[in-house]
Amino acid sequence: MADTSYRELITDGLWHNNQALVALLGLCPLLAVSNTAINGLGLGLATTAVLVASNTTVSLIRNYVRPEVRLPVFVLVIASFVTAIEMGMNAYFHELHKILGIFIPLIVTNCIIIGRAEAFASKTGLSRSLVDGLSVGIGFTLVLLTLGGMRELVGQGTLFDQAHLMFGEAARGLTLRIEAFPGMLIAILPPGAFIGLGLLIMVKNLIDKRLAARAAERIDYPEGAEGAANP
Amino acid sequence: MKYRDAILIAAAVLASFAVLGTSLVTFTHAMTRERIAANERQALLRSLNALVPQESVDNDMISDVIKLRAADRLGSAETTVYRGRKLGQPVATVLTTVVPNGYSGPIKLLVAVRYDGTLGGVRVISHKETPGLGDKVEESRSDWIYSFNDRSLSDPPLAKWGVKRDGGAFDQFTGATITPRSIVEAVKKTLLYVRDHKDALYDRSPTVENQG
Repeated sequence: MADTSYRELITDGLWHNNQALVALLGLCPLLAVSNTAINGLGLGLATTAVLVASNTTVSLIRNYVRPEVRLPVFVLVIASFVTAIEMGMNAYFHELHKILGIFIPLIVTNCIIIGRAEAFASKTGLSRSLVDGLSVGIGFTLVLLTLGGMRELVGQGTLFDQAHLMFGEAARGLTLRIEAFPGMLIAILPPGAFIGLGLLIMVKNLIDKRLAARAAERIDYPEGAEGAANP
Repeated sequence: MKYRDAILIAAAVLASFAVLGTSLVTFTHAMTRERIAANERQALLRSLNALVPQESVDNDMISDVIKLRAADRLGSAETTVYRGRKLGQPVATVLTTVVPNGYSGPIKLLVAVRYDGTLGGVRVISHKETPGLGDKVEESRSDWIYSFNDRSLSDPPLAKWGVKRDGGAFDQFTGATITPRSIVEAVKKTLLYVRDHKDALYDRSPTVENQG
């Protein structure tokens, strides 16, 4: 485990072991908050911040915490960071905080965070845990952002609506609006979240399959047609 | 003895992390408390000023507040009334009316009533109505909520305070009648309440509770 390369950590977090698309963890916030791109981005970044902080801390204390109490300690660490980040968001992104509401405190219960703390950071050194937290968090954020963007675009015909809540007044121009398109309601409603996530997983699997096929071709080709795959 | 030591160490580790975690939260709370309070005040002031323009009053509306108990007429156990004055003269009140019978749960409103009985405006603060249908009552989704601006109990006449489907003067939405109907009803009841208690609303000293 300790020998995983950074490159591998990053590609795992972002793609091969993407916690939202492969492990299907953290679905509750993923499905509930992905109704617009900005909501998704906001929750994703908050989750990433918690992941980085908790992974780093858990890795630092991994040799001092006795195994019997490690889970309560991890939960304490995570809950403290989430509360602190929630207060910070309330202070500096007040409107966005109001929209995301209960889903920010609920980051505590996001399985991805305790999962990475228990399965990875508690056995791994500081820098790898930090990179892991960052890439898993960004992977989750990208899924939230993509799903949010899809649902927003189909559901209400806009993209990056309310961007000013996050990036300040200057970002109002970022919002795209399709004038003639009133939106298909289903994308905003809960079923839209499930359909959208299903489509994303499908696209990911298709890409993976194509990549695998191409890789297999590349190995087979130079060594001749027959018997090349046999050991 | 061995087991006791293990338990004690585990308890000590857990306790020290509890202390550390609580310190982090306490520290953050102390750092952000004022800013959060200022944000909330600012947000409230912004929504009040959208209904009662800042230049029309010279008092601090957020502090000049009374609480009413009139659940049957204003929809919630406790209704907050913000009062706007200029040079000591009453200008307008803003009531936190609740619509108890929305399509899916209560709808919280801000209703501004000027001293002459006309509406300064109405805003939906929070609701759980169906996205795409009932949520057109939001200011950001449609102009419908502006149709209350400057209305009063004589404009339209009292009998016309309803949605068009019920023979009233206000539009409903395609696919959503219940939401606008219940909001129109709640605004009418608020106007009636303010008419019945006109001066009492302004005379009462701040934050004294009273029976509606």
